[in-house]
Amino acid sequence: MRYAAVVIGVSAGGIEALKILLPALPVSFPLPIAIVQHRDQRAGDFLAACLNGVSRIAVSEAEDKEPFCAGHAYLAPAGYHLLIESDRCLSLSVDRPVNHSCPSIDVLFESAADVFAESLIGVVLTGANADGARGLKAIKARGGLAVVQDPQTASAMAMPRAALEATPVDHVVDLEQIAPLLIRISALEEAYGTAG
Amino acid sequence: MRPIDSEKLEIDMLLDGIHSRYGYDFAHYSRASLKRRLERALAQTKLTRFSELLDLLFHSEKSFDEFLKIMSITVTEMFRDPQFYQAIRKHVVPLLKTYPFIKVWHAGCATGEEVYSMALLLHEEGFLDRARIYATDFNKHALDAAANGVYSARQMAVYAANYQSAGGKGYFPDYYSDGYERAKFKDFLKEHITFSYHNLVTDGVFGEMNVICCRNVLIYFDKTLQDQVLGKFSASLRHGGFLCLGKGETLNSTAIKPLFAAVDKTQRIYQKCGD
Repeated sequence: MRYAAVVIGVSAGGIEALKILLPALPVSFPLPIAIVQHRDQRAGDFLAACLNGVSRIAVSEAEDKEPFCAGHAYLAPAGYHLLIESDRCLSLSVDRPVNHSCPSIDVLFESAADVFAESLIGVVLTGANADGARGLKAIKARGGLAVVQDPQTASAMAMPRAALEATPVDHVVDLEQIAPLLIRISALEEAYGTAG
Repeated sequence: MRPIDSEKLEIDMLLDGIHSRYGYDFAHYSRASLKRRLERALAQTKLTRFSELLDLLFHSEKSFDEFLKIMSITVTEMFRDPQFYQAIRKHVVPLLKTYPFIKVWHAGCATGEEVYSMALLLHEEGFLDRARIYATDFNKHALDAAANGVYSARQMAVYAANYQSAGGKGYFPDYYSDGYERAKFKDFLKEHITFSYHNLVTDGVFGEMNVICCRNVLIYFDKTLQDQVLGKFSASLRHGGFLCLGKGETLNSTAIKPLFAAVDKTQRIYQKCGD
């Protein structure tokens, strides 16, 4: 299989965006997904429960050192950075905020890029800051695939725009097209992998 | 060799060198967050390679001291996760009240915000006078700050809000004296706290505790080290004692899990039931 994991960064307008993206993925979606959604440190696990209720893949808040498995989307808990370890398990930290954010998208993307290199897909969605731009650049630098929500169709365009300014990307698409794109990329490349 | 592999080798060498030279063993720290901290240390020293950092740290104790500070910076606050303190009041306090004397260990206490939170809670529940809180950390600077109990006055509004949500029974500003931009927690709280140096990786058990609080520390360790440290906690707890972990930490798939029962799954409070 060409790709091994998906990381998604999203901020303002994210709950609505994730409610469109995640339910559109089939239970058989072959890649594990890690998500950073900026939110208040005191927010509970309501978001994960809500997304889990509307999605076919499982959605939960990441627990420290749990395996990063396909058919599952892991959400960074409020107040924690989410990182991927080299043995492909999830790891949390309460280090300082990065880009005024904890969790920070850059922290997730950079650690995932170290582990998955060219097998990583990075997705930057709607948001009103520039977190994720550096991380997406790191993903591209290691040979991964970059997908950005079309800023024109994002409820907050600063974040996708910052990502596009930071690095050349592979796909700029509407929110509704992101899930079909991910399904296509993962399925196609899987077929290539089987043939090769 | 790919750059990422050569970087890993350099980090291994750096950690080996630090261990041999200073006795601090970071080999079983979670690599992903460790690497970010090492990068911060590099940026601060204006060096570009981890191997250069090894050279500097090896020969300069002062630089190593600065390095240690970076290695243990975490962000915390008083009554972080207010619901955790509510759960302590509900599930843990009633049992603690039945003991003539109680011992609490805050392992990896950092700058002490959560230690004072616990002291304040025990005071309000009426048994701080027969309690001793041991607050330990491997960072001497953090430990000094914790022992001083002086925090930025600007934080107090947030802490007061947390205190309220945590089920606080009094008036939060009564617990500190307000100076210019600083708030100093009162001595009657401090009198029941012993601050001491302890390295969870290399030091041993800390006996006969009723409660061990170690929140958001284990996330910095890999599974091997987590199991090792949890073994020390289990050995340090009395039968029926409580182990409190951080929101993202669980005993699932750890070696000591069979010895503990979950008292509050969401707030990660466990009680020792076996030996």
